[in-house]
Amino acid sequence: MEYLWAFIVGGILCAIGQILIDYTKLTPARILVTYVVLGVFLGGIGIYKPLIDFAGAGATVPLTGFGYLLSKGVKEAVNEHGLIGALMGGLTASSAGIAAAIFFGFIIGIIFKPKDK
Amino acid sequence: MNITPEQYQEMTKIASPNSKSYKNIPMAFLVGGLICTLGQFLNNLFISYGISTEIAGTLTSVSLIFLSALLTGLNIYKKIAKVAGAGTLVPITGFANSVVSPALEFKSEGLILGLGAKLFVISGPVIAYGTLASILYGIIYYIIKIL
Repeated sequence: MEYLWAFIVGGILCAIGQILIDYTKLTPARILVTYVVLGVFLGGIGIYKPLIDFAGAGATVPLTGFGYLLSKGVKEAVNEHGLIGALMGGLTASSAGIAAAIFFGFIIGIIFKPKDK
Repeated sequence: MNITPEQYQEMTKIASPNSKSYKNIPMAFLVGGLICTLGQFLNNLFISYGISTEIAGTLTSVSLIFLSALLTGLNIYKKIAKVAGAGTLVPITGFANSVVSPALEFKSEGLILGLGAKLFVISGPVIAYGTLASILYGIIYYIIKIL
């Protein structure tokens, strides 16, 4: 069942993105930014965690999950360190994803040749 | 026939009324759903090896990012994205693709201002606004907590 819900919820989040592309002037870059900020917001008001409990990777893999991770990290850091935690938690929680993208991006960038467009 | 660019835009709009949406949206749903299902599979796989839930989640993200980076390098991700649209954009693999693709494309401009800078062309704003939103949330959360 968890695979089915991951598929359906993840699929719906992507379908919403496609609707935004087809029917608004939002460019892909803006959609990525919107999804992350939305994830922070939904995480902040406590809606996203139940969605993750329900849909697993269907909620964590889309970029809203990345935003949720930022909000979760900030919340934990504020609980632990007070106000300064607002500056600490987000990037700490999302560090692996960002570092991995930079690391693999660099390696692939070095090894592969750009293909013609 | 004299037409202004605005009129031309109107004409093309009428001639091509989001005609592909009926196909785009289900394809985005299908491919995006499959990427998330793959994520769920990897997550369960890591947990079955006795890895903690939190680290398993991180490993899942890192694996998907690696896979996406590799497929981007092999020029396969772009081909999938052509039919999947937001289905390959919205998952974390789309974020990874947005890092790798411009870095690869502009590496001829050098390691620093080419590859190094272009890694962040799209991911930069994503990280910046995500972080800004999280800081704002942290401040609000702190205020609510001390009240």
